Amino acid sequence: MAIKERISPIERKPEERAKDFLEVSLGFDEERAITEARRCLQCKNPPCISGCPVGIDIPGFIKQIVEKNFENAYKILKKYNSLPAICGRVCPQESQCEKACVLNKVGQPISIGNLERFAADWASRNNVKDEVLIEKKQNKKIAIIGAGPAGLTNAAEMAKRGFNVDLYEVFHTAGGVLVYGIPEFRLPKEIVRKEINFLKNLGVDIKLNLPVGFAIHPRKLLEEYDAIFIGVGAGTPKFMNIDGTELNGVYSANEFLTRINLMKAYEFPKTDTPVKFAKKVVVIGGGNTAMDAARSALRLGADVTIVYRRSENEMPARKAEIFHAKEEGIKFKTLTQPIRYIGENGKLIGIECVKMKLGEPDESGRRRPIPIEGSNFIIETEIAIEAIGTQSNKLLLSQFKGLELNKWGYIKADEFGRTSIPKVFAGGDIVTGSATVILAMGAGKKAATAMNDFLS
Amino acid sequence: MPEINKIVEKKKLAYGIHMFWIKNEYVAKNAKAGQFVIFRIHESGERIPLTIAGIRDDEFRVIVKAVGKTTYEMCRLKAGDSILDIVGPLGQPSEISKFGKVLVIGGGVGIATIIPIVKELKNKNNKVDVILAARNKNYFILEEEFKNVDNVYFVTDDGSRGFKGFAHQMMEKLLEEEKYDISWAIGPSLMMKACSEIAEKHNLKIWVSLNSIMVDGTGMCGGCRVRIGNELKYTCVDGPEFDGRLVDWESFNSRLIQYKEEEQIALQKYLEKVGEPTWL
Ligand SMILES: Cc1cc2nc3c(=O)[nH]c(=O)nc-3n(C[C@H](O)[C@H](O)[C@H](O)COP(=O)(O)OP(=O)(O)OC[C@H]3O[C@@H](n4cnc5c(N)ncnc54)[C@H](O)[C@@H]3O)c2cc1C
Ligand SMILES: Cc1cc2nc3c(=O)[nH]c(=O)nc-3n(C[C@H](O)[C@H](O)[C@H](O)COP(=O)(O)OP(=O)(O)OC[C@H]3O[C@@H](n4cnc5c(N)ncnc54)[C@H](O)[C@@H]3O)c2cc1C
Ligand code: SF4
Ligand code: SF4
Ligand code: FES
Repeated sequence: MAIKERISPIERKPEERAKDFLEVSLGFDEERAITEARRCLQCKNPPCISGCPVGIDIPGFIKQIVEKNFENAYKILKKYNSLPAICGRVCPQESQCEKACVLNKVGQPISIGNLERFAADWASRNNVKDEVLIEKKQNKKIAIIGAGPAGLTNAAEMAKRGFNVDLYEVFHTAGGVLVYGIPEFRLPKEIVRKEINFLKNLGVDIKLNLPVGFAIHPRKLLEEYDAIFIGVGAGTPKFMNIDGTELNGVYSANEFLTRINLMKAYEFPKTDTPVKFAKKVVVIGGGNTAMDAARSALRLGADVTIVYRRSENEMPARKAEIFHAKEEGIKFKTLTQPIRYIGENGKLIGIECVKMKLGEPDESGRRRPIPIEGSNFIIETEIAIEAIGTQSNKLLLSQFKGLELNKWGYIKADEFGRTSIPKVFAGGDIVTGSATVILAMGAGKKAATAMNDFLS
Repeated sequence: MPEINKIVEKKKLAYGIHMFWIKNEYVAKNAKAGQFVIFRIHESGERIPLTIAGIRDDEFRVIVKAVGKTTYEMCRLKAGDSILDIVGPLGQPSEISKFGKVLVIGGGVGIATIIPIVKELKNKNNKVDVILAARNKNYFILEEEFKNVDNVYFVTDDGSRGFKGFAHQMMEKLLEEEKYDISWAIGPSLMMKACSEIAEKHNLKIWVSLNSIMVDGTGMCGGCRVRIGNELKYTCVDGPEFDGRLVDWESFNSRLIQYKEEEQIALQKYLEKVGEPTWL
């Protein structure tokens, strides 16, 4: 039997979408969803499930789509994953569920992410209410620090189990990277808002603008709560720290994206937070963050080049995002490493780079980039955005004495989020280092199980 | 509406310099000398850092100098109004212990900023001399709060009160006669830089409080970075106080004006909307 081609989602034209911040992909319509769902072989021992960090019953929900029971499909998803509309959009499916799909070996894998998104969007459009099912009320209090995917998931799980949950967040909006990092055109903020409203319906008390460690001492939390979950993320940006890093025009991707996403700088001066507009922008890095920064700069009207020290094969960004970036006209300069920023009167005017070649594989298994001597050249630009990675957020940790960290400065925790302090659990990027939304959610969920055991 | 973030008292101290007492018990109960808060006054507002310049019960005080759109807007608020978002306390507290003899210099709104530090130094039984510097005699705000220090020296640019000249010149004069164990200088960056140079010359440790442009104030954006010696530090989480002798003042100053054009547009638009800023 010939294996049919996988169905593509509906996407807005590159020349149109590159001018605004509206969503790029519109996902599947009913017809496409059903056609794609029919391609699924409904495997007896489905390998796709083991590729999903939260073990969603993938053939199960897909079967419901084939049978046009979209509401049931959504309900199955919700049993495993409280944020399917988000994961369907931002999971790196090609290295998770879709990589494991049997069809991947003989043709194209099932478009699991798009089907998941379809079911979730359908439910949202048709006002399917999430059941607010709370098990018997427990007379115990939980504090959760950080309202990113890890904290949000842990909060939902604990509230459903009947605990009293206080969720502390230092920003004026809950969502973590989902609201300040990932741009609107990839993840509309309305979706995040809906999920947060659901938490409120579960009775979670969301306390915004609260820097835990400073406004509330960890000691006090330990006294007042029966258990604590830490999900403060790995949000502190690293810089290459080459000459000229302090020049005006050099940004971290986090700053650039936060100004645009959270503070809506693209509407300046209607909003009060500015961001520099420039004709030419260079983004340094090859991950999701680099793609997001590059595509945001493009939408502000810049000519954008991504500079990456290895080749495109080694880029850690989702393939779909690299593809979208290219479609929109972003240029890629791979095998290139910046070595110095050049400034004039405190402002960036150019970047000195050196060409690279790939040597033997390093610890990460990727081929190590080696500079080619004498290949130096200069790229002229007024804006450079570094997206070379982040490290653990110290805001809380600097104040939390006695909590054991690993050698990279992340919290030491086991598979269930148990830390060196019995009452304290942790999960997400602050344990693993920068990873993915679904892994952070999985960690929040697993920790909830362990917290429940600990408290009963 | 909950009482949180409500302005309970508001007073104009000098032209364009306004004092606010605000209700927020998280800030009031936890703030230590040297720390700051971040305000966002409305939905489309910017996040701006302000130093905590006093505490009583569950209220804290900030002194705001109008320099651009947000601070102009802020000065227009009245008692009874509320601030949409207040985050804090943030930043590392001043490192205060019993040193012996201390020199503290405050310039402009920096006069208000040094109040909690001076108070804490006195609590720790230090001898404290203070230099207060202002444009002219009308800008010595909250002067009555320095009553229990050992000596106060006034400095004005125009000589309308006390020593005529700049804070660092007064500082140099004192250092030639007296010996201090440590010093603080908080005010305009040119003043802090000049004082740091004098301190360096006299081999005196000097703390300055850097007013970098910030976004989040939680170590998440790196926009407030500053070079301290050979290291890149984040003002919001590693500071705001640093050894003034190690600060790379040149890049610090040029980072302060990185949004100059945008700031001008924002203020101009605002003034077109509201008219003459008669409230300042
Ligand atoms: C630009 C960008 C694009 C990305 N794209 C993708 C993608 O496409 N797919 C994907 O799967 N992953 C992506 N990621 C990674 C993913 O977003 C993260 O792995 C995930 O958000 C981690 O979740 P978390 O809950 O651990 O932490 P975070 O999302 O970082 O949330 C932590 C929260 O804790 C708060 N906090 C910190 N300290 C305190 C304190 N002391 N008190 C109170 N609150 C505090 C922070 O303000 C924040 O809201 C991307 C990341 C970035 C930056
Ligand atoms: C830790 C910290 C504590 C601070 N404490 C106080 C305080 O107690 N009282 C107070 O009045 N201000 C304080 N500031 C400065 C205050 O945050 C800025 O004045 C404010 O953000 C300016 O916003 P704006 O929109 O009104 O002006 P903008 O339009 O942003 O700026 C207008 C003008 O002010 C200059 N400017 C911009 N940002 C700053 C800055 N961070 N510092 C100095 N000048 C700046 C610009 O170069 C421009 O010329 C503090 C800053 C920091 C980082
Ligand atoms: S949650 Fe992510 S990994 Fe799991 S099935 Fe959905 S898209 Fe795939
Ligand atoms: S492995 Fe692929 S084909 Fe098999 S059940 Fe999973 S999604 Fe369907
Ligand atoms: S203000 Fe963003 S890191 Fe300091």
